[in-house]
Amino acid sequence: MSEMQDYSSSLEDVNSRKFETFSYLPAMDAERIRKQVEYIVGKGWNPAIEHTEPENAFDHFWYMWKLPLFGETDVETILAEAEACHKAHPENHVRLIGYDNYAQSKGAEMVVYRGKPV
Amino acid sequence: MAKTYNAGVKDYRETYWMPDYTPKDTDILACFKITPQTGVPREEAAAAVAAESSTGTWTTVWTDLLTDLDYYKGRAYAIEDVPGNDEAFYAFIAYPIDLFEEGSVVNVFTSLVGNVFGFKAVRALRLEDVRFPIAYVMTCNGPPHGIQVERDIMNKYGRPLLGCTIKPKLGLSAKNYGRAVYECLRGGLDFTKDDENVNSQPFMRWRQRFDFVMEAIDKAERETGERKGHYLNVTAPTPEEMYKRAEYAKEIGAPIIMHDYITGGFCANTGLAQWCRDNGLLLHIHRAMHAVLDRNPNHGIHFRVLTKILRLSGGDHLHTGTVVGKLEGDRESTLGWIDLLREQYIKEDRKRGIFFDQDWGAMPGAFAVASGGIHVWHMPALVTIFGDDAVLQFGGGTLGHPWGNAAGAAANRVALEACVEARNQGVAIEKEGKEVLLKAAASSPELKIAMETWKEIKFEFDTVDKLDVAHK
Repeated sequence: MSEMQDYSSSLEDVNSRKFETFSYLPAMDAERIRKQVEYIVGKGWNPAIEHTEPENAFDHFWYMWKLPLFGETDVETILAEAEACHKAHPENHVRLIGYDNYAQSKGAEMVVYRGKPV
Repeated sequence: MAKTYNAGVKDYRETYWMPDYTPKDTDILACFKITPQTGVPREEAAAAVAAESSTGTWTTVWTDLLTDLDYYKGRAYAIEDVPGNDEAFYAFIAYPIDLFEEGSVVNVFTSLVGNVFGFKAVRALRLEDVRFPIAYVMTCNGPPHGIQVERDIMNKYGRPLLGCTIKPKLGLSAKNYGRAVYECLRGGLDFTKDDENVNSQPFMRWRQRFDFVMEAIDKAERETGERKGHYLNVTAPTPEEMYKRAEYAKEIGAPIIMHDYITGGFCANTGLAQWCRDNGLLLHIHRAMHAVLDRNPNHGIHFRVLTKILRLSGGDHLHTGTVVGKLEGDRESTLGWIDLLREQYIKEDRKRGIFFDQDWGAMPGAFAVASGGIHVWHMPALVTIFGDDAVLQFGGGTLGHPWGNAAGAAANRVALEACVEARNQGVAIEKEGKEVLLKAAASSPELKIAMETWKEIKFEFDTVDKLDVAHK
């Protein structure tokens, strides 16, 4: 058994702030993002991109990047929108959403570009 | 033509066995597994159960003739062999909807599983399934919020939720208890839970528990930036006391409370569910005492029926068993009742033990809660079995982590997210679970140690309550 480790997380340390699904895994690279986009498209969900200043990440409502991409099934187009949002707001969290209109919920939601912790 | 009165005892089957009856869309239908006493014919036993669970009594009475008994009576309309059991048979009984008060599972089950279960002519009796017509479903409130609303309130999407029951289940002071809650939540769990035994004992009164737990939730939310909750158990000796505790939970801003719907009672549960909808609190439901009713394959009430009772009475979460953990639960059968809990329309499927089509209309579904003897190694199987609309609760599997609750919570969260990500990528995670977890552990020392700690723990006992399958 290895030595006991401290769980370092605190109000002071901004790196303790998480942002829900997949935020306990390492930040996504392009390949991992692509696979999740493919999953959303495969499910028949409507993709959408949103972003926020990291200090406001707890809010339910983030800023929509344009409108959800209703009916968009081209993975490249969706990836390009996410990247465009990230380029326009490099310090912000950018999240990818899959709207499931039958469940009237989001089937998927994850931060794909992590902003600067504050 | 008017009937004449003949005092005396008639065979039940003369009145209550109606093999030509076609059930109406509005009838409540029940399937009983009947083991009759020796020498009692099947039709007579089935008719007796129909009679004793509806209008009948043991002898003719003159007041029968003051009403339209032929309209109100329960009707035994079919009999089937039970696969693998030569002594018992299935009896299908239809009850006219007017026999039951609207919106009252209390009333329905006072009839269906009332005196009839002690009836001498049957040796054993089990209620296997009940079909509630949409006409009756519409009279019930059901889950206060349901899966979709809870996801929105708690801001959790695209994955199962994670919980943990605080242990030791009895004896902690309120402040130490709040500490245990805080550690779990800051480590990455969405919820923690009062153990069902925790109500308001001398060592920890409910009010201090609520206060300290709420502070733990608030701080963990500020620290992690995520929404958190703790199921504050408001199960109490009296309804008045239950509502008092619920009101206080609301006052301090708790997002979710908890009730034990069988020991607390269906009346209290239905009232509390209505209160939760009115007041915006989520409702977690525990099922203490269920195994007394549902474990014996020949006598009692099947859990799929108890699931339907809860969905009608109201709750946003219900414990359903884990399939893989320390508690009883056959896989196919469990898949059947978690569908009954969550889905809108469930088709008859004998392979899953479902005897009737069940239409819930617009009634919300509730989260299935998997809890009991599960740890990180079970994660791939749990994600596969339960899908996203579940709360996976690791008690010992969080608190028993060698580095403490926060590390245990983080280990579970990493394992969960790794499994969900892999599943979304098309990986067959139940088969390839080990690789998925090992890869995730490479960047999580908390998960790595958890995997070393629980490597050998398995619960491989055969299930007692199996689905009925042919033996010859």
